[in-house]
Amino acid sequence: MSTWILLLAILATFSGGTVRTGHIEAGQFGAGQFGESRRPGPAALSPGRILWKKDYVRPQSIPFPADNRFSPERALLGRTLFFDPRLSASKILSCARCHNPGFSWGDGLPLAIGDEMKELPRRTPTILNLAWADLLFWDGRAESLEEQALLPIESRTEMNQPVASMIRTVSELAGYRRLFEQAYPGEEISPKTVGRAIAVFERTVVSGRASFDEWIAGNESAIDESAKRGFDLFNAKAACRKCHAGWNFTDDGFHDTGVRGMDKGRGQLLPLEAMQHAFKTPTLRNADQRGPYMHNGSERSLQDVLELYDEGGREKRPSLAPEIVPLHLTAREKADLLAFLKTLTSPGQATEFPLLPH
Amino acid sequence: MTRRTFARIACAGLMFAIPGKPAEHQIIQKDRAFSQTAITIKPGDSIVFKNADDVTHNVFSVTPGMEFDIRRQAPGGSSSVPFGHEGVAEVRCSIHPRMKLLVTVKK
Repeated sequence: MSTWILLLAILATFSGGTVRTGHIEAGQFGAGQFGESRRPGPAALSPGRILWKKDYVRPQSIPFPADNRFSPERALLGRTLFFDPRLSASKILSCARCHNPGFSWGDGLPLAIGDEMKELPRRTPTILNLAWADLLFWDGRAESLEEQALLPIESRTEMNQPVASMIRTVSELAGYRRLFEQAYPGEEISPKTVGRAIAVFERTVVSGRASFDEWIAGNESAIDESAKRGFDLFNAKAACRKCHAGWNFTDDGFHDTGVRGMDKGRGQLLPLEAMQHAFKTPTLRNADQRGPYMHNGSERSLQDVLELYDEGGREKRPSLAPEIVPLHLTAREKADLLAFLKTLTSPGQATEFPLLPH
Repeated sequence: MTRRTFARIACAGLMFAIPGKPAEHQIIQKDRAFSQTAITIKPGDSIVFKNADDVTHNVFSVTPGMEFDIRRQAPGGSSSVPFGHEGVAEVRCSIHPRMKLLVTVKK
């Protein structure tokens, strides 16, 4: 009897479906996007499942830092710079060349392609949901999106454009001078304003509402029973949530998950044992559209990724995260996990391409 | 709580308050966050870092002169770190870099 009273209390507590966020810009994301929460039907009366679900509620708006607030003019400028290949030395590589909206803001390749068509050592990460990110890049070497945005432009192996040269190119175009003045009135065209504008645009790149979100909001028929079992596995037996935590399915942390390869990852920056071969936890949003997987594209499919975790990592090194242990998943459990992961994919969203200034 | 237990706790608190005696402070790691973001202690004091999460943490500092690394700490684990001299140490969890703590050590 007391168990049922507890369950009813939990249901009453979590049926609201709201979330508190910090600094917010209105209008871009979410007002009215949430359906009415409903109490789950009898099939969902699993105490664990009910408690876990509260951790996956989408935020209602995008956070912007106080010193780089959203404005439509800033987002337009950032979008224009992001899609402009003239920011590269070769004049053919834009940010969007690797972060292609057609590949869920990645490039669909095992390893990124940089300047002179040379392969880079790591895979292109998606830019989805970076408004909520902490450190940037697979190894966390940038502290903010504003800082991150300039690094691939300057990198000799990526866009290979000295910042001074990039600023000269942009400043010579009347269309850009107008866009900068509208976005950052009174401020000069500088690496700082370029980085800030690109960061504003990147923060607006948010994964859309997926069937999983409908389920979290209370629509029990939004995902099938296999996916629901996969959700339970994700949170319990497979314990994926220990790293892929929250609505964005990342703890923004760094872990050696036993991926094959010699790359030291964050260990190159931080000489601690736990950081050797450690890479940033990626979001799982739209994951089935973003293969191949891992920081080096070494796993071709989501099934392969599940196999990696089921065997407790491909490489058993001293730095392997303690959370990575053999899972002993059955074939049905793997199918359920896969079914669950596919519910995180949102329907395709139209991307607005900018007219590039002359 | 009995009156005797209360008296014991009160006595323990007085012991910590004796001037000149090194004190032991506690910082809890829960929900991938430290229980506080800043703490001021005296030279010779120590901080016990307790992992109350169900994930591994790795508290460390690379502040020059105040470096330490308690290495991986399993859920439920505790580690005591002494702070011998004055300074300001930036403490983080290497696994979850959002976790930040500023330790100010001064007389």
